Amino acid sequence: MADKSQTCSVWLGSETGILKGVSLSKKRAFNFCDMSSVSRDQEICALTWGDRQESEVLVGCVNGSVKTFSTEKGVFTETRVCGDISQGRFTGIAVTDRSLITCVESGLLKVWTEGSADTVEINVGGEVCRMRQNPSQRHRVATGGKENPLKVWDLERPDKPIFTAKNVANDWLDLRVPVWVRDVAFIPDSDRIVTCTGYHQVRVYDPSTPQRRPVLEAEFGEYPLTTLALPAGHDRVVVGNTHGQIAILDLRKGLVRGCMKGLAGSVRGLQCHPSSPLLASCGLDRFLRIHSLEDRSTVRLAPPILFSALLNVFFFSFLLKLVGSDAAGEVEEVKEEERDEVWDSMETVSEKGEKRTVEEEAEESRETAEKKEEKKKRKKAKK
Amino acid sequence: KLLEEAEEKGPESESAETSSSTRPALPPTFSLSEIKNKQRRQLMFMKLKQEKRKQKLELRKKRRKEREALGDKAPPKEVPKTIENQRVYDETTVDPEDEEVAYDEGTDEFSAYFNKLINPKVLITTSDRPRGRTVRFCEQLATVIPNAHVYYRRGLALKRVIPQCISRDFTYLMVINEDRKVPNGMILCHLPDGPTAHFKVSSVRLRKEMKRRGKDPTEHYPEVILNNFTTRLGHSIGRLFAALFPHDPQFQGRQVATFHNQRDFIFFRFHRYIFRNEKKVGIQELGPRFTLKLRSLQKGTFDSKFGEYEWVHKRHEMDSNRRKFHL
Repeated sequence: MADKSQTCSVWLGSETGILKGVSLSKKRAFNFCDMSSVSRDQEICALTWGDRQESEVLVGCVNGSVKTFSTEKGVFTETRVCGDISQGRFTGIAVTDRSLITCVESGLLKVWTEGSADTVEINVGGEVCRMRQNPSQRHRVATGGKENPLKVWDLERPDKPIFTAKNVANDWLDLRVPVWVRDVAFIPDSDRIVTCTGYHQVRVYDPSTPQRRPVLEAEFGEYPLTTLALPAGHDRVVVGNTHGQIAILDLRKGLVRGCMKGLAGSVRGLQCHPSSPLLASCGLDRFLRIHSLEDRSTVRLAPPILFSALLNVFFFSFLLKLVGSDAAGEVEEVKEEERDEVWDSMETVSEKGEKRTVEEEAEESRETAEKKEEKKKRKKAKK
Repeated sequence: KLLEEAEEKGPESESAETSSSTRPALPPTFSLSEIKNKQRRQLMFMKLKQEKRKQKLELRKKRRKEREALGDKAPPKEVPKTIENQRVYDETTVDPEDEEVAYDEGTDEFSAYFNKLINPKVLITTSDRPRGRTVRFCEQLATVIPNAHVYYRRGLALKRVIPQCISRDFTYLMVINEDRKVPNGMILCHLPDGPTAHFKVSSVRLRKEMKRRGKDPTEHYPEVILNNFTTRLGHSIGRLFAALFPHDPQFQGRQVATFHNQRDFIFFRFHRYIFRNEKKVGIQELGPRFTLKLRSLQKGTFDSKFGEYEWVHKRHEMDSNRRKFHL
């Protein structure tokens, strides 16, 4: 169990309550679950890393419990009750240095500090759809939901949000534009926040400017956008909607760069790998797919892996390398060894041999150039 | 080209009964379609076809002789390739022993029905202002599906109809969509909070149009046959159909409803059978017949704008391969 969990680079949570780990190098998926309690109210709705070394996974279930799963041991180590079903599902779990932040659909954001029984509670508004933590400033958290505009909270000053977004101006019929923030993300290295809405809009907010309205607005498709992901580099965002369409949008102008093919069901989770240009997607069609961001194809190294239950959330392990790099590393090592042998053998025979190869190449190139010139002369002579 | 045709016409005009072997050898780039004279062209083509058929028969006879000569050692008969044979293996094909799938199905939205707790109650309606054909289709469907009620759709919004149905204990909502006086779509919504399937309906034959049909179906609960729903998606759809009918079929009625899936088309037939002796069965087709094709499966009750889709038919991605099917 332990070695299985150590090789897993992608973790997924399913509707049946089973935590699945996928090892891309072996192209296999493993199930990790508490065999005694497999039921629908253990449905996993939130996943996050327990610590920076990525050795623990925190799993949030529908019935309000947060389980800790250790990737080294491959077992669930702890369970904590952080709410109950009446408050709604978890919309986000985050971890700061010593505390656990949880947010539920009813709007209750709680900070559970280790050791002490005190919790800091903030009411974020009703019907929250997503809560995300700023990866660089870990005490800042953004929330948004249905008729609940984007708010950024600082946990050290929990009375008022630092930033509340203002709704866009009335549309061309002078009607109020409805608000439904479905996913939020912090753009790294800046203060800006991207949101995607259920009314197929993507908006960028900048709290450092006095303007509380979105700085950039873009639209995609006709169906609600469910998730978004930020690839490395600061100018693009990937969004997915309930129809299975995944698109890359450019954040400089707000145009659609391209779409990814393959998904047949609603996109539930999207994540970009931090170093390589890969994007993984999972959804209600029960497949995990890995796409390449450069040419928008589905990477053949990892064919869609089927799961038998609907997938809710997932995310990458950032430390473990993905298949491409692993396989390439192995291949490169082998090649280097062979090359070394070749060069060794050549050196023992004669050093001139090496030089000759280089010279020969130069000569060959010269010859071809000369031939081309001759041909040109002949053509000119003919004319 | 004129020269070639002149060569041809020459020997043909000599005698119409010349066999193919005495005809001059035509240059290989010549094709029958280049003969401008229609009569002659048709004659030549007919002769070509006859020749080909002769050759085929000869080949077949030869093969049969060889097979008989070899007797037991003869190689097995070659199976012709069909699209069903060549079907691309679908990864989502359900393994009957898969525990996770079994668990998933045991706890999904249909579990209430499959655990024999609830009997189905179906509401059949149409799109607004239906024409005669659709109305008759709905009435016939109501005779086929036990415990079904047909209601006239008075321009009501489905999202408002659904909570009312739930409060009156309906388990299914079936909406037949009509276009140009002919039913062409069906929305099948499992009620408490179940999946909604949207189908394209084609080839509807009402009872009047059926040849050699039996008498009208009785009130007995029919048996249900679900054929060839192998993939995970197919399983969900199969369960959707199975939950339309009550659990205990009344074998005294000898009626059976069949949903046969082939190449992603689902054929619905309704028969009455009788066992004449132990080996022979007679069947009479009763009731309407139609074919369905799944367009989308949406989680939750009908909400085409904001609902989450479990499967959407995307023509350009999924229909590009002739041998790949999804149900």
